[in-house]
Amino acid sequence: MDLGPHATFIISSYAASGVILALLIGWIVAENRALKRTLADFEARGITRRSEERKAASRKSGPNKSEAHSLA
Amino acid sequence: MALIDLANPTRFLSLSGRILPWLAAATAICFAWGFWLAAGAPDDYQQGATVKIMFIHVPSAWLAMMGWTVMTIAALGTLVWRHPLADMAGKAAAPIGAAFTLICLITGSLWGRPMWGTYWVWDARLTSVFVLFLMYLGVIVLWRTIDDPTRAGRAAAILTLVGAINIPIIKFSVDWWNTLHQPASVVKMGGPAIHSSILIPLLAMALAFTLLFFTLHLAAMRNEILKRRVRSMQLLQAEAAPGR
Repeated sequence: MDLGPHATFIISSYAASGVILALLIGWIVAENRALKRTLADFEARGITRRSEERKAASRKSGPNKSEAHSLA
Repeated sequence: MALIDLANPTRFLSLSGRILPWLAAATAICFAWGFWLAAGAPDDYQQGATVKIMFIHVPSAWLAMMGWTVMTIAALGTLVWRHPLADMAGKAAAPIGAAFTLICLITGSLWGRPMWGTYWVWDARLTSVFVLFLMYLGVIVLWRTIDDPTRAGRAAAILTLVGAINIPIIKFSVDWWNTLHQPASVVKMGGPAIHSSILIPLLAMALAFTLLFFTLHLAAMRNEILKRRVRSMQLLQAEAAPGR
């Protein structure tokens, strides 16, 4: 492929776009991994969200009204 | 599934987790197709091979504006409907929109040098896109400045709605003022003014860029949900700390 006398500008455009998008993708992926690690660390230490605690408590105390209704 | 069902972050995480790999694969396939078409596209009779810069410059310009449009819809979701995921959608779109705006500015500048004889002029189109980039940075900074996500979400939503006025200014700047930038040649009354041999690769690349935007947006929204969970756990940990 012959890019002619302005090849530097064309290649620089594609290279700059590639670098910016790679940094963006890398940042999102790295952040996701770090957040999952942090959450796993919290759970390993027994710290769970209130909604999770409520779910666990309702499981222990048996089905609630709506669940009982749906089971009936 | 109704839109309201997605208001539950756990359900959103589950659904988006299933969609994301397919969306990423579709993006990769579209990019391969787009690059193949772009590589085989003929040179422009006036601009020569530099027309290849258009295949990344134009889609990134469209997505720069679409990013703010997505944020504007999310801002309405935050302020009017108080949808729990709306401020996360707005926050997640800001860095992605900023990245596409930066690509648009850099590639436009690199295209301008050989075609116009200058990297930059302060004309209406270039300046309004630069303002858009600054607005993206403003929203990102605002989110980082306010600790409480609910307050930060509302402030960012108001800034986003005010900034939305810039989108039609960008679009019509080439019609309203004399600019060095060429007028619209794809989305215009009377149809595209570009030959199909160049238009088809451009549309293929636009599709690939759009899919990439939505893939990254979905992934970034998932990160926002996880961040909120980490924050609530940190608060729980602080509450449970001895001495409280």
